[in-house]
Amino acid sequence: MSPVPARIVVLGGGVGGTLVANLLDKSLGHDAKVTVVDPSGMHDYQPGYLYVALGEASGHWLSRDERTLLRRHVDLAIEEAVRIHPDAQTVQLRSGASIEWDYLVLATGARLMHEEVPGLAEGAFGFYSLPDAERLREELRRFRGGRLLVGVAGIPYKCPPAPVEFTMMVEEYLRKKGMRERSEVTLLSPLNRAFTIESASALIKPIMDERGIELATFFNVEEVDPSAHTVTSLEGEKREYELLVLVPPHRGAQVMIDSDLGDNGGWLPADKYTLQVGDYERIFALGDATNLPISKSGSTAHFEAPVIASRIASQIRGTAPTESYGGRVMCFLETGNGKATALRFDYEHPPVPPQPNRGWHMAKWIFNRAYWETVPQGRLPEHAPGTMPKEVAR
Amino acid sequence: MDTTDLARSIDARGMPCPGPLMSLIGAIREGTVGDTIEVLSSDEGSKTDIPAWVAKAGHELVEVLEDDGFSRFVIRKAR
Repeated sequence: MSPVPARIVVLGGGVGGTLVANLLDKSLGHDAKVTVVDPSGMHDYQPGYLYVALGEASGHWLSRDERTLLRRHVDLAIEEAVRIHPDAQTVQLRSGASIEWDYLVLATGARLMHEEVPGLAEGAFGFYSLPDAERLREELRRFRGGRLLVGVAGIPYKCPPAPVEFTMMVEEYLRKKGMRERSEVTLLSPLNRAFTIESASALIKPIMDERGIELATFFNVEEVDPSAHTVTSLEGEKREYELLVLVPPHRGAQVMIDSDLGDNGGWLPADKYTLQVGDYERIFALGDATNLPISKSGSTAHFEAPVIASRIASQIRGTAPTESYGGRVMCFLETGNGKATALRFDYEHPPVPPQPNRGWHMAKWIFNRAYWETVPQGRLPEHAPGTMPKEVAR
Repeated sequence: MDTTDLARSIDARGMPCPGPLMSLIGAIREGTVGDTIEVLSSDEGSKTDIPAWVAKAGHELVEVLEDDGFSRFVIRKAR
């Protein structure tokens, strides 16, 4: 046991940062002082934006004061980190203050970079932030039919199933509003299939065909012309639209670029098993902030957090760390008509998604509602790392 | 092809699909017409995805070589 509490600083109060902070405080008690640094002090439940855009939910249940989600002994500093000094073990804050750490956890997420694609901010709608989702909801209410295009303006992006989910659900929305006959729905995919994961694409494509949703492949968005209502791809295709919905390009936090810790996109080079950043034995990263070739999603952060908490606790106690991250992710995928499927996979096992059914749709809704009382606090029993669901454990 | 002629070399070995293709797309975005770009990939999917994308996007697939456990693709940015 260390006589002086270890100072653990967590940058970012999203799902990953909050869960790491709570797990560390729970396991180390007075042997550690955990401080979460977050510029807004608010915690957003981003999977809900999809439902806001489609008018199925309001935004008020999607944001909570971060303080209410942290254990009492964990400090919260509502501050923006502007520079990390790994050798001096400090973080410089926007206010001019500096915070010292013995262990640093980087959970700074991803930034949406609308401005990186010419015309995107003016010509396209989106659902990757609450204001964007609310604007899209209003635009959908005004929409009277026409060509509706859904696409991705850069990889990597958060929640890989979301554009497919939106496409399926907006097709249902148009049917219910009596506008389907007057509309064409197209998914613009940057790949030669609907989705990054092949098994999920194979499941989705027949459903898209059945529902008359067009799949345009190898369409990497290059430019939007808001006045001509056209979107052009890097591959040289141009398409006209009445309503364009795009996922904006993503980048890691600016502080990672400014501190020479991130790559060109600001993504942190993390070890895929230990989640350690580069050669820094006391710096870890998780969630959207890393450069790991795995989904950027709350689920990823959720399964990574216990690994980091356990490894830091081991280092502080002077024991050998044993936990490692196996790449576990679990995502729901809404397919519309009140049905959903689930993608459960890890580094070694691709997902074997079940046929969409009402059960998974209900499970997603229950999870959405239960999130606030379970995930940030580490109350879900299955967050323990190393356990695999039956379907993929071969 | 002599590697000194390459504008860029991307070692995407060990990267799962669609990482190698996306790395190539990023390099094409940033490159200039005439640049040659090398991609090393151990992902099986790259063998179909990379040539298919290069053809669709109107660039030139200069060379594909099979090595020990990976493929080497050389692409010229044509437009």
